[in-house]
This record gives sequence, C-alpha cells and structure tokens, in this order.
Amino acid sequence: MEKRVTFSKWTIGILFAVPQLVLIFTFFYWPAGQAVYWSLTLQQPWGGGNIWVGLDNFRSILSNADYWNSISASLVFAAISTGLAMFIALVLAALTDRQLAGSRLYRVVLIWPYGIAAPALAMAFRFILAPEAGFMAVVNRVWPGFWDPGLDGADAMASIIVAFSWKYVGYNFIFFLAAFQAIPRSLIEAAAMDGSGVIRRFWDIQFPLITPTIFFLLVINITESFQDSFGIVDIMTAGGPANATNLMVYKIYSDGFKGLDYSGAAAQSIILMLLIIVLTIFQFRFIERRVHYR
Amino acid sequence: MASITIRDVKKSYAKMQVVHGVDLDIRSGEFVVILGPSGCGKSTLLRMIAGLEDISGGEIAIDGTVVNKLEPRERGCAMVFQNYALYPHMSVAQNIGYSLKVAGVPAAERQLRIQAVARTLELEQLLDRRPMALSGGQRQRVAMGRAMIREPKVFLFDEPLSNLDAKLRVQMRSEIRKLHRRLNATSVFVTHDQVEAMTLADRLVVMNGGRVEQVGTPGEIYTRPASRFVATFVGAPAMNILEGTVDLDGLSLLGGSRRLTIARAGLPVGTKVAMGVRPEAVRLVAPGTAGALKATVDLVEELGAGRVIYVDLDGAPFSVMTSEAVHPEPGSAVGLKLSPDDMHFFSSETGTRLDVFKASVPEPAL
Repeated sequence: MEKRVTFSKWTIGILFAVPQLVLIFTFFYWPAGQAVYWSLTLQQPWGGGNIWVGLDNFRSILSNADYWNSISASLVFAAISTGLAMFIALVLAALTDRQLAGSRLYRVVLIWPYGIAAPALAMAFRFILAPEAGFMAVVNRVWPGFWDPGLDGADAMASIIVAFSWKYVGYNFIFFLAAFQAIPRSLIEAAAMDGSGVIRRFWDIQFPLITPTIFFLLVINITESFQDSFGIVDIMTAGGPANATNLMVYKIYSDGFKGLDYSGAAAQSIILMLLIIVLTIFQFRFIERRVHYR
Repeated sequence: MASITIRDVKKSYAKMQVVHGVDLDIRSGEFVVILGPSGCGKSTLLRMIAGLEDISGGEIAIDGTVVNKLEPRERGCAMVFQNYALYPHMSVAQNIGYSLKVAGVPAAERQLRIQAVARTLELEQLLDRRPMALSGGQRQRVAMGRAMIREPKVFLFDEPLSNLDAKLRVQMRSEIRKLHRRLNATSVFVTHDQVEAMTLADRLVVMNGGRVEQVGTPGEIYTRPASRFVATFVGAPAMNILEGTVDLDGLSLLGGSRRLTIARAGLPVGTKVAMGVRPEAVRLVAPGTAGALKATVDLVEELGAGRVIYVDLDGAPFSVMTSEAVHPEPGSAVGLKLSPDDMHFFSSETGTRLDVFKASVPEPAL
C-alpha cells in the first residue's frame, strides 16, 4: 500500500504547495498568458502600446510559405534526431548491460554531453563538421564538394541533427541502462533456460519491459528537439542556408528579436506550444497503449 | 531422463573460490536434494549444471555428454527459480508456452500442450491472467508448468519454496514429490531447509563451505552423519555436542567433570574428541538415578506433540526432546540417560566421524 501524508488542516497542505505554485505561475502561466495576449495584438516596435487585431497575426503566419517550411524542417529535425539519439543510446545501453565491468565509468562519461550547454557543443561541432578543416575536410578531399553545410541545406540539417543527437544520446543512455538493470537477472536466465538466444531475449523480454522508459524518452526527446535545438541552430547555421534549418524555435527568435515582429513571434510561440501539446497528447493516446507497466 | 556426472567441479569469482572440487553422481530418475547453509555454494553448483555460471574447473556431464561449453538451451535442463522469474508482461499461458514458441512449435500444438500442463497443475482458470494477478502458490505452479512443458531431461529447483508461507510450502512439497513420481525425471533440488530436504530427497547431498560433506539417503545422513557439521546441521533441535579429551581410561568430558569409561581404541592420550547425541535420543529420568547425568532445567519449549527441554550440564547447554507428558519446572534438577548406541564421535580438529569408540563400549559409567 502507498503511504500518504495527511494533514489535519487543509491550510498546512496549501502552505506546502504555495512555493511550487508561485514558481509555476511566475515562470510558466504568466509568460504564457502574456504571449497569448501579445499574439492577439499588434505591438509597436519602439513602444507606444498595443493595438488589438484578433487573429490577424495567426492568419498572416499561416499563409506564409516560409512558416510552413519552418514547420516541416522542425518535424524532420524532431523525427530524425529523436530516432537517432534513442536508437544509439538503446544499443549502447543494451551492450553495457551485458558486460557490467566498467559500466559505472561509461555512465559518468556518457552523461557529460548532456551537461554541456548547447552553444558550447554547437561550437565544437561547427569545428568538427567544418568543410574546410577538421574531420569532414578529409572526406571532402576524397570526394570534392561532398560536404558543405554552408551551401547545402541537407548538409546543414544533418549537422544540427548530429550535434543534437550527440547531446541526447548520453541522456537517453542513462535512462535505458537504468531500465535494463531494473529487469531482474533471473528473468533473463529463465529465458535462457527456455532456449532463447541473446537477440531473441532482447526482443521478447528486455524490450517489452523497458517500454515505459522508451515512451518517457520519446516524449522528452521530441519535446526537447522542438525547444532545446535553439542554441545549436543559432551557433551552427543561424537558420541557413536559405532557411533550410530555420526551425520553429529559431524563427520565433529571429522574427521577434531581429525582425522586431514581437506580435508575430508571440503568435508563433503559441503555435509551437500547441503543436507540442498535440504531439504529446497523440503519444499518450496512441503509443502508451503499447507500453507494459509492471 | 538422464544421469548427471560431476567431476572435481570448481568455481571461483575473481580471487574467491566458492566451490572446491565437488564430485557427485546423480542417477537417472533420481531426486537429489542439495542441502547447506547460505553461501555454501549449493546454488552455484546448480547454476553450473544449468549453464548459467561458467565452470572454473572440472567437468559436468549430462547423459555422458560433457556440457561445460554448452549453452543452457543445449543442455536439456529446466529450472524453477526461487523468485519464480515469471515474465511479467506475458499471460500465464504465454509464460508456460514461451519455450515452445522459441523452439518453433506450431501454435495449435502449443495450445494443446499448455492445456495439458495447466490441467495437471490446476491452472486452467488462470491461463489468461498476468503473473501480477496471481498468489504466491499460483505463481509457483506456473513456474513449475514452465519447466514441465519442455519435458526436460533434468529438472533443477533453486530454493523454489522459500518464498511461500509455511502451509503452502508443505502442500507444494508433496505436489513436487508426486509430480516427480509421475514424471520420473532426474531432479536436483537446492534448499537450506532441512525438513524440505529430508522429505523430498531420494538422496541428500550436504554441502558446507564449497565442499560436499556427505552424500546419502536421508536416513543415513540422520543416523550416521559423516562429520560434526552434518550432525549439527541436520536435525532440529540440533544435536548436542560435548567436548572431551582421551585419557588413559577412556574419554573425559566437560573439562574432566564427567567421565565416559570406554576403550580408546588406539587413539593417543590427549586427542580432542567431540561426543554428540541427538536430543530425541536422550531419556529423561528422575534425578539421582544410577548411571544418569545430573542437570538443571533452563527452559521448556512446548511443541504440542512433544516438548524440548533445555538444560544446563555443568555450564554446557544441552537439549532433550521428549514426547512424554513431563513438565519440569525451570531451575529443577533432572537426570539424563544416554545410550552408547546413540552416541556419535567426531574429531575435534577435523570434524570427521570417528567410529573407533562404538564397538567396544558395553555400558558407559558416567
């Protein structure tokens, strides 16, 4: 049975909840509410008050081809980087789980990338993936013109996907490894006695038992790929070339603070928020059904 | 059905050796129980037979085939685990049928065999349930079913009853026994519970500290323990042990305050000997009876059918088990009568059994 703390007076319970409520209100509901308000008005770039315009901001954004391009770029980025980060982490964790010697070290080493700020790691990848120097320069030497993220939109998209995935592989690995190790050893042994080989055991026993973790990471990775990608895009490609990597979160920033279209940017952030909410609801509705909770 | 031959099998982890050269022959169709305290290497030995642990030295053969390098699935053993190890995401039917599915048995035949096993174990009503929704005894039966359905050459049991409550344990014990009588498959059962061991075993293997202390029928183990360890480990309450030293006339016990006049049969004077006698072999008599030991009652434990009387024998603890309706008060004096036929002697140094005293003792003068 779960133990619950009960308070004799409901006021004490409220008092305990107040700090968290204040934080959530100050840093989430209030700014979000402000953004909703701004998105429905036209704000003067140099101050001087707002003019109520209703849904005009949304109409103009959604009729803009650049914005639809940004949405599809974001979806491509989210799908590929989440898939890559989760797949690599899953393989690494499955291998680490089998051979436990030194797994503590891997665990520490692999969590580090997650601790690195996005701009810093983007800087590192900018050097690594620079077409004229670094690793890719070697490839370019063999196949001239093979790689140039400054000119080729697909190369630029690949660069930011690699950088983002690199950061999240470590994060995902920790969760996957913990999930694997939470599976009782005797289950694996029982499956071995039942005649199941390593690969078969993975698909029949381990994989179904870590589905709660896979689901959790899927939600987190997709959400983060819409939000945490900003620093990487800003440093590595600045949305270019030709808007190929102008992800939604970056477009909000560039339209708002470079283009000084505060109201349009506010409307875009509302759309991004709705998109993430819809995606998350979708995942809970349709994917969570396949999750086995123990 | 298969025989198992274990030759000088050793197991070490890094620097620690946990099994020190075990030799054992298990006959086809035999029910062998490995009994020992925790950490004695009994589970490790079982897991080496199963193929879940590497064998560091020696060899294990099943039906004449050395299996040292074979994968668990190639050995033809089925195992019942202590915590059952049921797959939590599969139904009872899927759990039982998993090995058949892996082996590629067609679904229709699989269903038939699952049904057959479920019928024997009375699990028919539960086939669609998940392990979570089962009681301890039901989970235990599913684990048994999962082992049975493969019709294995060898059944391995790793303390399968220790998670059950006392009543269920007794019930499952007899079910396992009946099942073995019907299937007649070679079975190796590991436990630390001596009642379980005595009741189930055709032959009992007592292990201690990674070595086999004795192999024999439960009767042999009880009546002729091969070492002091076996003598005190098997039997409840434990066998009484009195330390003594061989002198010119025989054996003097309890630091010289009691004497056992027996022929010393070639043992040099000064040899340290431990004399053991089972609590149920001691007779309670009136204090002062000729040839009886005088002791003071410490505590009486009522068992219903009988009682255990803990007494103090010149500072040494001693216990007596009796079914007579005697209820001595704590602190009162009692007499204890021992028969030479019930005495066991062990070397104090090595703990091994000494049979030198027995034959030549007509009646001990104590």
